[in-house]
Amino acid sequence: MSLGAGVRLLVGKVGLDGHDRGAKIIARALRDAGFEVIYTGLHQTPEMVVATALQEDVDGIGLSILSGAHMTLFPKIVRLLKEQKRDDVVLFGGGIIPDEDAPQLLAAGVRAIFTPGTTTQQVIDWVRGNVVPKRR
Amino acid sequence: MSGKDGKAAVRPGARQAWEEKVLGKALDQKPDRTASFTTVSDLPIGRLYTAEDLEGWEASDRLGMPGEPPFTRGVHPTMYRARLWTMRQFAGFGSAEDTNRRFQYLLEHGQTGLSVAFDLPTLMGRDSDDALAEGEVGREGVAIDTLADMEILFQGIPLSQVSTSTTINAPAVILLAMYLAVAEKQGVSFDILEGTIQNDILKEYIAQKEWIYPPGPSLRLITDMIAFCAAKVPKWNTISISGYHIREAGSTAVQELAFTLADGLAYVQAGVDRGLPVDAFAPRLSFFFNSHIDLFEEVAKLRAARRMWCRFLQDRFGAKNPRSWMLRTHVQTAGCSLTAQQPVNNVVRVTLQALAATLGGTQSLHTNSLDETLALPSEDSVRIALRTQQIIAEESGVTNTIDPLGGSYFVESLTDRMEEEALQYIRTIEDMGGMVAAIERGFPQREIAEAAYRYQRQLDNGEKTLVGVNKYTEGNGPPPALLRIDPGVEPAQLERLRRVRGERDQGRHARALQALEAAARSDDNVVPHVLESVRAYASVQEIADTLKNVFGAYREGAVSL
Repeated sequence: MSLGAGVRLLVGKVGLDGHDRGAKIIARALRDAGFEVIYTGLHQTPEMVVATALQEDVDGIGLSILSGAHMTLFPKIVRLLKEQKRDDVVLFGGGIIPDEDAPQLLAAGVRAIFTPGTTTQQVIDWVRGNVVPKRR
Repeated sequence: MSGKDGKAAVRPGARQAWEEKVLGKALDQKPDRTASFTTVSDLPIGRLYTAEDLEGWEASDRLGMPGEPPFTRGVHPTMYRARLWTMRQFAGFGSAEDTNRRFQYLLEHGQTGLSVAFDLPTLMGRDSDDALAEGEVGREGVAIDTLADMEILFQGIPLSQVSTSTTINAPAVILLAMYLAVAEKQGVSFDILEGTIQNDILKEYIAQKEWIYPPGPSLRLITDMIAFCAAKVPKWNTISISGYHIREAGSTAVQELAFTLADGLAYVQAGVDRGLPVDAFAPRLSFFFNSHIDLFEEVAKLRAARRMWCRFLQDRFGAKNPRSWMLRTHVQTAGCSLTAQQPVNNVVRVTLQALAATLGGTQSLHTNSLDETLALPSEDSVRIALRTQQIIAEESGVTNTIDPLGGSYFVESLTDRMEEEALQYIRTIEDMGGMVAAIERGFPQREIAEAAYRYQRQLDNGEKTLVGVNKYTEGNGPPPALLRIDPGVEPAQLERLRRVRGERDQGRHARALQALEAAARSDDNVVPHVLESVRAYASVQEIADTLKNVFGAYREGAVSL
């Protein structure tokens, strides 16, 4: 049984940002590490991401945002998860996010922010330590 | 080469003798640092290149002279001795007023052409008040909803005197029409306007992912623009066939070369299928390549691209006008090669990349700013980027002679090798039925994702080096002062859009959009109808949606990981 067994993750691209190189690399690295990974594809609204997350009953959501809209889109997903009483779903993300914006996002309920230069192994290790599978 | 026919002679077996007598001993004492040497794209590079690597290589066939086919040495007979490349920094952020101020700043500092970056909603054909635009207005580029915004963007900039590049693809026809409408208001006639519209939708499906319509109708819009400009805006470059985004998405240099030229072949074929003579539009096709960190690979790529394009246009399309054979290109240094760590190091990376572009004979160049992995560039960092070009152009001496690396055993071998590998890809794509069919099968997308993943793994395991990221790391110093987009931009833009919608001539607006829809349903050229719609202050999304009613929307197929 692989180390990631049982953890289901959604990797998502929200907004109009089409830069999906990072999202696809992370999705594939997480899958190769043994997690179950669903990739949303591009141009999702926060509502669509949350609906998919609930429908697929995932344990964590990883969002990739390179457009500069992170201060709008992350908090909106946190809010939508709370409204659905599903803030047990672990939200993390990455992209072009200035260091000074990270504390505000973490305070809003995003559990980790990975910026350029992060290795795929660092993300895998973090997910192993922080996302636990729900009993299904 | 054996010296027959008076070609450069080398003693046969000289290399073998050196390897046996000299090299072997040296390696015994000091072995190579690593088992294999490869480019950043993983192309293996030999220890030494000699005349033996160019066996059968004929300069008259492979190089020609500058300004002559196959243009390996450059498209102009004079190159940078007569005229330097155009220094063109891509800029756009916030409101039209903000970007207009940046344009004025760049022109004052010696920039020679403009290049407009639009925000994501504009790139996707959506207005600032669309639900998906929330948080994105003016973030990554300038927000343009109607002609009113475009008028402000070019206020005080005489369109008769600048050349303007616009990075816009899916809604290109709308933004081209807006530029033309601004020219009309300035009293500038279309036939003297100079500039480029990116208008390369195929690479959107492949890499950049900003699409609206499916490939068929998108190509029809492009051929409408080609036909319109050939007749009315003759100095406008109607497509900038772009490898840049393909490379940024993670492709290798060979993939960038192959997929870009394959896209170009698809556009030429679409024009010919439309009934246009190839020489009526091919001279206005231009290119846009990336310049990554591996200097010789980039030089070889640009040289190979020119030679390949020339032969395709001559042999496949029977073009007779030498301008149709010329691959003229803009180059931008590789954003994806820059690091958030120790950002000042990026100035050095950009310098090497800009040097590669100029050694490769580019016509125009954008140098990235050191802070681009963190945010849009600040005024200070964009000035350093521009100064980098000026130092290369006016201090380094590389502009003194044409194609300085021509004839190098290594560079010529690498140029040939990249051409061969790219031709293999192009043959594979043609076996699938051409680029549109290959895209629908996800072929280029998959090849790029594979290469991106391989490179990331090589970085993760230290096989490839990125200084400051996986080697020579240090704690992050103080972050540079970043450009911040004024949070007031979005509400102000929404207010302006609301006002324009309220004040415009509603009858003219409705008639223009109706006529546009009718033209889209027929075989008529849509460009004059888009132009009338923007004159009537129809918004980007109103026009894009009118066309979507007819053309439908593109949906990406399942993405395999």
